[in-house]
Parts: sequence; structure tokens; C-alpha cells
Amino acid sequence: MTPLLEVRGIDKSFGPVKVLHNVELSAYAGEVTALVGDNGAGKSTLVKCIGGIYPIDAGTIFFDGGPVAIHTPRDAGELGIEIVYQDLALCDNLDIVQNMFLGREHKRGLLLDEDTMEELAEKTLSGLSVRTVKSIRQQVSSLSGGQRQTVAIAKAVLWNSKVVILDEPTAALGVAQTAQVLELVRRLADTGLAVVLISHNMNDVFAVSDRIAALYLGRMAAQVKTADVTHAQVVELITAGRSGDLGLKNGVTP
Amino acid sequence: MIKVKELPGEAIVTATQAPSIKNSFRAYVQRVRGGDMGALPAVLGLVVLCVVFAVARPSFVTAGNFANLFTQGAAVTLIAMGLVFVLLLGEIDLSAGFASGVCAAVLAVTLTSMGLPWYVCALAAIVTGVIIGTVLGTLVAKVGIPSFVVTLAAFLAFQGLVLVLVDEGTNISIRDSVIVAIANRNLPPWLGWALYAVCVAVFAVVQLVRARKRAKRGLVADPLSLIAFRVGTLAVLAGAAVFVLNLERSRNPLLVSLTGVPIVVPLILALLVVWTVILRRTAFGRHLYAVGGNTEAARRAGIPVDRLRISAFVICSSMAAIGGIVAASRASSVDPNTGGSSVLLYAVGAAVIGGTSLFGGKGRVLDAVLGGAVVAVIENGMGLMGYGASVKYLVTGSVLLLAAGVDALARKRAAAAGLR
Repeated sequence: MTPLLEVRGIDKSFGPVKVLHNVELSAYAGEVTALVGDNGAGKSTLVKCIGGIYPIDAGTIFFDGGPVAIHTPRDAGELGIEIVYQDLALCDNLDIVQNMFLGREHKRGLLLDEDTMEELAEKTLSGLSVRTVKSIRQQVSSLSGGQRQTVAIAKAVLWNSKVVILDEPTAALGVAQTAQVLELVRRLADTGLAVVLISHNMNDVFAVSDRIAALYLGRMAAQVKTADVTHAQVVELITAGRSGDLGLKNGVTP
Repeated sequence: MIKVKELPGEAIVTATQAPSIKNSFRAYVQRVRGGDMGALPAVLGLVVLCVVFAVARPSFVTAGNFANLFTQGAAVTLIAMGLVFVLLLGEIDLSAGFASGVCAAVLAVTLTSMGLPWYVCALAAIVTGVIIGTVLGTLVAKVGIPSFVVTLAAFLAFQGLVLVLVDEGTNISIRDSVIVAIANRNLPPWLGWALYAVCVAVFAVVQLVRARKRAKRGLVADPLSLIAFRVGTLAVLAGAAVFVLNLERSRNPLLVSLTGVPIVVPLILALLVVWTVILRRTAFGRHLYAVGGNTEAARRAGIPVDRLRISAFVICSSMAAIGGIVAASRASSVDPNTGGSSVLLYAVGAAVIGGTSLFGGKGRVLDAVLGGAVVAVIENGMGLMGYGASVKYLVTGSVLLLAAGVDALARKRAAAAGLR
């Protein structure tokens, strides 16, 4: 099986500081790939490179088997790669429909086609089995954290996206809301999307992921199937970069 | 792998309550209590002020004075309508008052010294507004100077520019009949009623068609009763206004008859409709709200934030130009004080009193009209009570502060209620 999204040999430096060393990552359609690592391991940088926010110094990104060039967020969007950032990027003063279509509004002539947008938003939300919002015409300011996360994710899948990357979607949520969002993440993968989930929380990772990719100080320590590893092994990979046979040798080469 | 359990979400409410007048009203009350007061303070303030002035000075409630309110408040209202766009982005334009003065001076100079036809001069004034807006907007959006500073500098510079244009303080009188007519003449009574009929009919049809379309697609539509209520309210209020304005208000009807809706009224209504449609029904308007609500989110959504910011300033200064033309028309002259003194603060006050937030992201063009009415009533009523400029300034300043306070408190309350 070829991965839907694959990066190979990515290097990235900010001035004299090398943040990513020869990083590889594969994400498969229909699976949740958890990207784990300690603070400063390079998770967010890697994601921003894939999303076209940072240019990469070296390496190649493959999409659907072929190499692609991603220079801007728009390039990523056109390929079908959507990233849901931690701060969600929603406008509090707009309603759910308006947020979901922000910047890509449907128009009839010069005017907005509100009815079509409302229908599509409704369809997307019900397709994701989201039933927690009272009305899709309610302002985002009146939503809870979990509901906002849901709207942000729904916004990402509205555009026939193929890869959805979620940056710490459960970091600020309570127990019930976390469960809801994880359920949604699982459902995204089940509908055939490749999902990359950045998380610090081992419970979340083991609850929904099929594969785990552990970054250690800017190097990919290991990419393993979730079923093949234990909690403790993943923690070792995150904190030391190795665990038994897995991981980096001498803390450097894989 | 642990399977995620199906968990019931918080407060699953699938069926929205059936839309009806009662539920709409209840939802409205809930919004108001949550801190989203909309036009309520302006409407209440207007009613209270009118009652107070009517009791204190019976001459306040004459047809003649009612017509005066419109011509008195027109220029400020028009400037406030433009300011709404800038305020929506969380910016401010302190130069809008003197920008209107500069544009009025351009109008006067082209009209008198150059002797050009009125439409060329009006166009020149508006183009001047567009240029001013472009310069201000570029300085704010591209150079990155805070709008407060840019427009404060422009506020000073434009005073000088007006002086240059009117030759260091002369008073240029305007005799062109069309320009003078804008703020001083009235529509014939039959035309007033005809416009009234068209407005109410169009409003009713638009509402009905939208509701029918949405119902057909299975979306939540406004019920007929609610639409009837809205159309009825508009018909009664506007009908009463047209009726009163069509009454004879000349002191000596045998000599000159003075009846009809002032020409500025349809002008303001037309601009109100156009800007409201642009703000509410176009992608441009939607993006303005988005930038005001969360600039970063708008940027990530691919919205050209800088261009939008510049266009908001262009709209503001162009509306100031139109306000300047109306002010010049009303005074039938332009002097260094046109658009000066309290005009800008009245305009900002009008927008804020109407419910536009100084923090950005919230506001309607209608707010400027409602707030403009409040400001006009205060100015007019205080004048009738015989108070001097000192008291007028004090009262208007307090009202502006009060409105800004209400805005800030409502925002706090909304934050507490989880609405913002």
C-alpha cells in the first residue's frame, strides 16, 4: 500500500538552528497517523512545511505516489491537504456556516448563495454525525471548545480534502468533549481520509491511531503500528528517541 | 486499540424550536440579556429623548421641526454610515469630518470659480474622497501606522487643506439650484407616497420570496406571521413619517407652500439599502466582518486583508464626501468650518450609539442612521430648549461616552455569557 502523503529527507533550519534532520513521515488513506514528540521536537514545524507555510531546505513531498511542490498554503489546499491549527482560526462574530465557507463563499452573481452554503454545511456536519449544535446559524462565540473544534474540522473536510492534519485538537478540552472530538477523528479516517493527529496525550493516541510516528529532537525516531507497541515504548521514543530495538541508534541515526 | 465509545454530546438539541413570533421574540430577549443589544439602546434613547423634549417644548412635535430633524442630521448620518465600515475592522477615522470639509470645498471651488456643471463638481468631490481614503488606507494597511495616528495627522492637515481651498477663510456661497435642492427642497407629496408604496412593497416581496425559497429547500424559514409583523411595522412607521412630512409646514401657506419629504431622505435610504446589501449579502461584506472578528483567521482563509482595509477607508472617505456635499447644500455655502468642530465626534457617536462596536466585527449601516437620529434629536431639542453651545457639547459628549460605555459593558457581559 502506498501512503497518500509521504515526506522523505526533509531538512529545515531557522538561521543557525537546524530544526528538522532528514525527517520521513507517511500517512495512509483510511488511517489515523499520530505524530508524537516532546515540546520542541519539530512536530509543528514539520506540519507547517507540509502545509506550505515554511519552505523546506531539502527533501521531497510525495502525494498519491508522485512528488509535488508545495510553496504556499494554497498549493496544499489544492492538493487536498487541510490543516486544523491549534488556535482554530474561527471568527467569533460569524456563524457556523459563514465560518465554514470563509474565503470560499458560494455566490450567485454578485450576491452570496446563503441557502446552498447552509445546505452543504448541514450535509457535511450530518455526514460527520455532528449533532451537538443547536443551529448552524448560531454564532461561533456561543459554542463550547469542543463544538468549535468540530466546526474547524468540518471546515477542513468540506473541500473534498484527502489529508487532514490536526494540531493538538484535544489540548484544551474536557473529558466528554475530548471523547467527542476523538470520535470525530476516527470517523474522518473511516470515511477514507488520511488523518495526521498531533498529540501529547498517550490516551488519545492509543484510542484512535493506527500508526504512531515519534519525533525526537528534529529526527524521526520511529514509525510503528499502534498495535505493535506499548504505552511505555512510545513514551521512551518520545523522551529518549529509542526503545529497545526501536528508534535512533546512538541518539542520531535510525 | 481502544475503541472510542459513543458518547452523548452536551445538550443535543436536534430540532430547532419551531419559528414563530413568540420564539423569535424569546430568542431576541435572550440575545439582549446575553449582551447583544443591537439597536435597542438607540431606539429606547430615541423614544425617551423625544418624549422629554415633546413635554418640555411642544414646538418639538410640529411637522416643521420633524422635517428639520432630517436635514439637520443628514450630513452626520452619512459620515457615520461610512465610519461603520472602518469601525467594523476595529480601526478609526478621526479625519472623516474634515475630509468631508475638503470634499465640500472641492465642490464649492469647482462650482463657483471654475463654473463646471453640478454633476461634474459632485463627482470631483467624491473622487477627492476616494483619493483621501486610498491614501489613509494605504498608510494604515501597507505602512502599518496605527489608524488613530494616521487620521489624527490627517485631521490636522485637512483643516489646512480646507483653508487653502477656500482662500484662507473666505466663505464661498453655492447658488447651483440642484446642489442647494439636496438639503433644502422636498419631494412633491404624491412622489413621497409613491416611493413609500414602492419601498414597502419591495421589502415585503423580498422577505416573502426569501422565506418561500428557503422553505422549499427544507431550510428554517421565517414564518409568515413574523414577516407580516416586520412589514406591518415598517408600513406604519414609514407611513406616519410620510404623512407628517406631507403636512403643510409653512408659516404662511398662502405665500409659499412647504410640504413633502426632504430630498435627503430618499438619498439616505438609497445609500442605506445599497451599503446594507453589500455588507450583508456579498463576499466583500462578509470578509469585512471576518477581518474585524479575527484578522488572522481571515488571512489564513485567503482573504486579502490589506486590500480590504484600504477599501474600508475609501468607503468611509467617499461617504464623508457625500456628507460634505449635503452639508454644503444645507448651508448653501462652504467655509473653513464645514465638517469641522463637532461633526466628526457626532458621526462617531452616531455609529456607536446605534450599536456599532468600537472593538470591530460588529455593526450595521442601519446603526449609523438610528444613531444619527439620536444625535439630531439631541442637537435639535437642546436648541429648542434654548441651551447654548456649552450645554450641547457637554450633553453630546456625555451621550457618546455613555454609548461607548454601553458597548464596552455589553462586550464584557457577552464574554461572561460565553457569547463572545
